[in-house]
Amino acid sequence: MLEMKNVSFGIDTDSTRVEILKNINVSLEDSRLYVVTGPNGGGKSSLAKLIMGIYKPTSGKIIFDGKEITGLNITERAKLGIGYGFQHPPRFKGLKVKELLSLAASNNKRTNLCELLYDVGLCAQNYLNRDVDTSLSGGELKRIEIATILARDLKMAVFDEPEAGIDLWSFQKLAETFRNIHMKYKTTIVIISHQERILNLADEVLLVSKGQIQEKTTKEKVLSDISGNDNCRCSTNWEKVVGKNVECVR
Amino acid sequence: MLSVLDKLMLEKVADLHDIPQGAYNIRRNGEGVARNTTANINIITKKDKSGIDVIVKPNTRGESVHIPVLLTSSDFEDVVYNTFEIGELSDVLIVAGCGIHNPEGGKAQHDGVHEFFVRKGARMKYVEKHYGQGEGNGEKVLNPKTIIEVDEGGIVELELIQISGVDRTKRDTEIRLNKNAHMIITERLLTDGIQEAESIISTELIGQSSTAQVISRSVAKDSSRQLFYFDLIGRSNCRGHIQCDAIIMDNAQVLSVPKVSAYHSDAQLIHEAAIGKIESEQMIKLMSLGMAEKEAEDAILKGFLK
Repeated sequence: MLEMKNVSFGIDTDSTRVEILKNINVSLEDSRLYVVTGPNGGGKSSLAKLIMGIYKPTSGKIIFDGKEITGLNITERAKLGIGYGFQHPPRFKGLKVKELLSLAASNNKRTNLCELLYDVGLCAQNYLNRDVDTSLSGGELKRIEIATILARDLKMAVFDEPEAGIDLWSFQKLAETFRNIHMKYKTTIVIISHQERILNLADEVLLVSKGQIQEKTTKEKVLSDISGNDNCRCSTNWEKVVGKNVECVR
Repeated sequence: MLSVLDKLMLEKVADLHDIPQGAYNIRRNGEGVARNTTANINIITKKDKSGIDVIVKPNTRGESVHIPVLLTSSDFEDVVYNTFEIGELSDVLIVAGCGIHNPEGGKAQHDGVHEFFVRKGARMKYVEKHYGQGEGNGEKVLNPKTIIEVDEGGIVELELIQISGVDRTKRDTEIRLNKNAHMIITERLLTDGIQEAESIISTELIGQSSTAQVISRSVAKDSSRQLFYFDLIGRSNCRGHIQCDAIIMDNAQVLSVPKVSAYHSDAQLIHEAAIGKIESEQMIKLMSLGMAEKEAEDAILKGFLK
């Protein structure tokens, strides 16, 4: 279980301090699948990076399986069984797909590289010997990134917009893969997503907006909110206009 | 006979664990210590200067020539001039490494000129590895000059590798490509400490439809310095592409001087050069797989220089 207690995170710019996340209090239970959703710029990715240790909170505590991990670095958290799938994965000149996956799978003896690639909709024969460089398309790279997370024996897996850049056909396969992992293993899964198909997998949905968790709710509620609400979620100095063709005006 | 040290150096520069198969000439501290010729490949000692002529008969296919040079004493300056004649329609591998083990404080230096004539329709892969080691603080210096003339339809592939232990190097490579000749050079260079490395590659695309590709990757650590001068000279309907990538770390310096020179309106020449640190996202990715910072850095550099 991972708990965040009064976690805040801000970035100092030249003259001011920008608060990205404010007083986050949340518990993420074992074996649960959480989907984090909400408008762009609301703090979702920052929340994920705080879990992995890529960002350090400006205040508050993060506790994982009863142990405080606030001060632990990325490597130490990875060794505790936390994993993070990048929204925009980096490329590596000279590193082959099979080498990257083998590095990822080094703590997990049950991993079969071919099955991993199959799970993300790629044919192993065509990809294992390819370099993880600019020769891969954005969607291919993204699927390999997801495979590096699936390769690990994790207690907590965080995926940052796994659907971004992936075609609809492969996305179907990916959604099934998430469902299967969720059914087979005890891993806590956190997926940042805006996709209905991913929202449908959720045990719980966290709605993150304006640096806070606005709601911890059910997928049914979120889905009905989205389908039934033709209001746009305007910020305070915008006037809401309700109608068939929703638009924001000052 | 080869000593244990000789064998270790051979492994470093020529991937050899013992005397190689095929044709070879092993030179140690300025003298030939072992040589083998085959029915198709002859090796003759030059009469007018220090060095050898390697003559590959036309239509020789699937054979190799190993010509490693070993320097195992201090205060030694070795100069050599080797000429290679690669006969028409041949397909051969040439491995020419230099390993310096400098045991004391004096300078050990090897300056070599390798001149190749790759005849019509022949294919040659040339691998050159440089390696230095030694307990003393004596300088280890390597200055190779490589001159290659490729006749019509010839193909050359060059792998130039210097990963460890050479204090100073100036590598000068000149290539002339005639009609339909093709060339690929991959260069890998790592410097650390206060090492200095300079690489000059000048490729002249003389003949119609000739092509050249240069892929250079280097890592400069500590206070080392690297300098690259790459020039593509297009004199016909030809295509040339240079990719020069350097990772810079610590207090190192890397200078990359791009030059493309077109003397024909159908010459297509591209030079790409990039110098930068290891991307932080790459480090974060590997650390998030459980690697320590140093392990992640090593894995990135190892892949980059592969």
